[in-house]
Amino acid sequence: MLQDTTTLRMKPAIALEGISKSFPGVHALSDVSLSLYPGSVTALIGENGAGKSTLVKILTGIYQPDGGAIRVDGAEVHFPSASAAARAGVTAIHQETVLFDELSVAENIFLGHAPRTRFGLIDWTKLNADARQLLSRVGADIDPTIRLRDLGIASKHLVAIARALSIDARVVIMDEPTAALSYKEIHELYELIDRLKADGKAILFISHKFDEIFRIADRYTVFRDGRMVGDGVIAGTTQDDLVRMMVGRDVGQVFPKQEVSIGGPVLTVSGYRHPTEFEDINFELRRGEILGFYGLVGAGRSEFMQSLIGITRPSAGAVRLDDRVLVIRSPAEAIEAGIVYVPEERGRQGAIIGMPIFQNVTLPSLTRTSRSGFLRMAEEFRLAREYTSRLDLRAAALDQDVGTLSGGNQQKVVIAKWLATKPKVIILDEPTKGIDIGSKAAVHAFMSELAAQGLSVIMVSSEIPEIMGMSDRVIVMREGRMVGQYERADLTAEKLVRAAAGISETTP
Amino acid sequence: MNMLLKNREALLVVAILALLALITLRFPGFIQPANLGRVYNDTSILIILALGQMAVILTRCIDLSMAANLALCGMVAGLINVALPGLPIPLVIASVVALGAALGAINGLLVWKLNIPPIVVTLGTLTIFRGSIFLLTGGQWINAHQMSDAFKALPRADLLGIPALSWFSIAIIAIVFVVMTRTAVGRAFYAVGGNPHAAVYTGIDVGRTRFLAYCLSGALAGFAGYLWVSRYAVAYVDIALGFELDIIAACVIGGISIAGGIGSVPGAVLGALFLGVIKNALPVINISPFAQMAISGTVIIIAVAVNARAERRKGRVILKKAEAH
Repeated sequence: MLQDTTTLRMKPAIALEGISKSFPGVHALSDVSLSLYPGSVTALIGENGAGKSTLVKILTGIYQPDGGAIRVDGAEVHFPSASAAARAGVTAIHQETVLFDELSVAENIFLGHAPRTRFGLIDWTKLNADARQLLSRVGADIDPTIRLRDLGIASKHLVAIARALSIDARVVIMDEPTAALSYKEIHELYELIDRLKADGKAILFISHKFDEIFRIADRYTVFRDGRMVGDGVIAGTTQDDLVRMMVGRDVGQVFPKQEVSIGGPVLTVSGYRHPTEFEDINFELRRGEILGFYGLVGAGRSEFMQSLIGITRPSAGAVRLDDRVLVIRSPAEAIEAGIVYVPEERGRQGAIIGMPIFQNVTLPSLTRTSRSGFLRMAEEFRLAREYTSRLDLRAAALDQDVGTLSGGNQQKVVIAKWLATKPKVIILDEPTKGIDIGSKAAVHAFMSELAAQGLSVIMVSSEIPEIMGMSDRVIVMREGRMVGQYERADLTAEKLVRAAAGISETTP
Repeated sequence: MNMLLKNREALLVVAILALLALITLRFPGFIQPANLGRVYNDTSILIILALGQMAVILTRCIDLSMAANLALCGMVAGLINVALPGLPIPLVIASVVALGAALGAINGLLVWKLNIPPIVVTLGTLTIFRGSIFLLTGGQWINAHQMSDAFKALPRADLLGIPALSWFSIAIIAIVFVVMTRTAVGRAFYAVGGNPHAAVYTGIDVGRTRFLAYCLSGALAGFAGYLWVSRYAVAYVDIALGFELDIIAACVIGGISIAGGIGSVPGAVLGALFLGVIKNALPVINISPFAQMAISGTVIIIAVAVNARAERRKGRVILKKAEAH
């Protein structure tokens, strides 16, 4: 493995040596070592459950390791609490920022260490002045006196970073900081990270997105099943190397798209518009086709899909399914007609975890499992068994709660639920967001299989490799409008990004 | 959920038996079958109301107006009887059940269409319903001698040695059990409380489901109104004052999660019976009413603590698996 000369000469700002952590029955981390260097970005890579979150919690004092040592500037330290870690200069910026909506920006930045007057009261003048100065250091044009709730997600991240600077953090942990950001905001974040590097901060950057890892990181550390399986410098490493380390095998086929002969039109949408969210949506979906919807976060894709299935009402537009004009006023009518939507946040919008598996599966199909108004339990079990076995669900019994299943199996329950309605069109919104590479491949293989069986699939995704790998055709949306439509043959990542970001082909 | 609930219900049965054993030490007559029958009969109205409350709580709402609804419907039943003494009692019951359902529908509509938090809506209607009784009567009572004999006799009517009041509650238990376990709307109550966002996508109208739960609790409160007034043979503004807290307590003791989505008919019934046993037993073993209140309160907190622990244990399982992958 390559070693870069700079970091060899440098002392780590913080080093973990031989850290282990167990929970009852599980080794979450075994003998893990990690060094973070001043002025350098280290990417922490690993599948879900590889132990990344446990490591972050140990670094920030939320968990205490069972064995191993933490060294700051070579001296061994203990972080018995989150505040001890903060005093040592370790701070974390989470995917969903942990800030207080009802407090002002300045209060958020200085919460817990606000400047005091001689009498022990909060020195508001100094508080706001210091906050303004910190905000300008992170390049944010934010009034420190406004309430945090009035800011967008990207600005909240900046406030979180300003907070990190306020406690004079030497180690900044960023846990999937770009997950909720738009293209432009991500680039602003990159610039900020460059500035933090120049300030000599040691940065740990956790991400599932390889493009940003290669853009921003200097070094990498790969975790698998609670162990460190590789580290080194990014320069001279390829994406394939990292993937191989993560999964412990060659992922020959990340996108196992089968060739499917595409039939005639199934769903035709024309002139769909909404007063505030989107307008002029026209497209045809054909039998056996996977139609990708690409765009930045907030481009109106999910909003359009929700309106298509009757959660919100469009102001105009027509839908035809199999040459029949449809008027969909509620999700129940969409399911009845054969259009189902698997929402983006499966945890929040997907499964009902306090309910048994079979009841989750049959929930949208109750009219089929009941006779003269009464549910038939035997029929419910039959339906649930049929679809969960098709998805190879691993569960002891179908009447156990969904909450007792692992994340991947919960997702299978959600998909089984929708397939049990025997849909003609299935809309998958960010089907692999936040899940590990192994599960991603399973979802992709399954999507491909559905299309091969003659189902028409709409896939909303913000991940270029997924869109390019899986779609027969791609529609790009920007600011509520369709701005491009590409066949699989002439898809390029550059075209997609340009269309989504609104950069015209001619301008340099 | 099923196994946990069965455990929870078994736990409650054990608790009731233990309570009975303790009482028997002081007062052996308490566990005579005839007395236990009387305790059940005395708890019948609470059982009926707890089942209505359970439907509402399952959908992540609450109905504070049930006791006031009961009082208003009971008064209207009495007024109908005074005005038309010859009207058959089933018609009187039908009209107050309809009235109760309509009052519940008001709660449901406010929660559904105006999106007002359920606790605020039912706190408001509680006061309005009580106030309406005063407006209807000017504060006058309806006393036993003003009611027709048929009106007063029904709850006491004997069938196979069991009073009609008990039979009514048994019938309601059976009906609500079938609704909860064997109909789409029952399933929807659980789904809406378990995860309202997911319920929307599966084609369930969350607002409408809550509306139906309120209609059910209202109808049962209306029915209980007739039972209460005919059994005690008196109607006035303040009947069942504060009873909403007993109803909610019965649900909580019975393992109905205040966070919605979890609970069962046997649980609600056992919760009500537990309170019924305490209320009937403590006076006979000479414990003051104030100590009774403290004991009921303690039991509620213990029940919630036990349920919360059960929930947390479930959470640990998920975490373990998540960490393992």
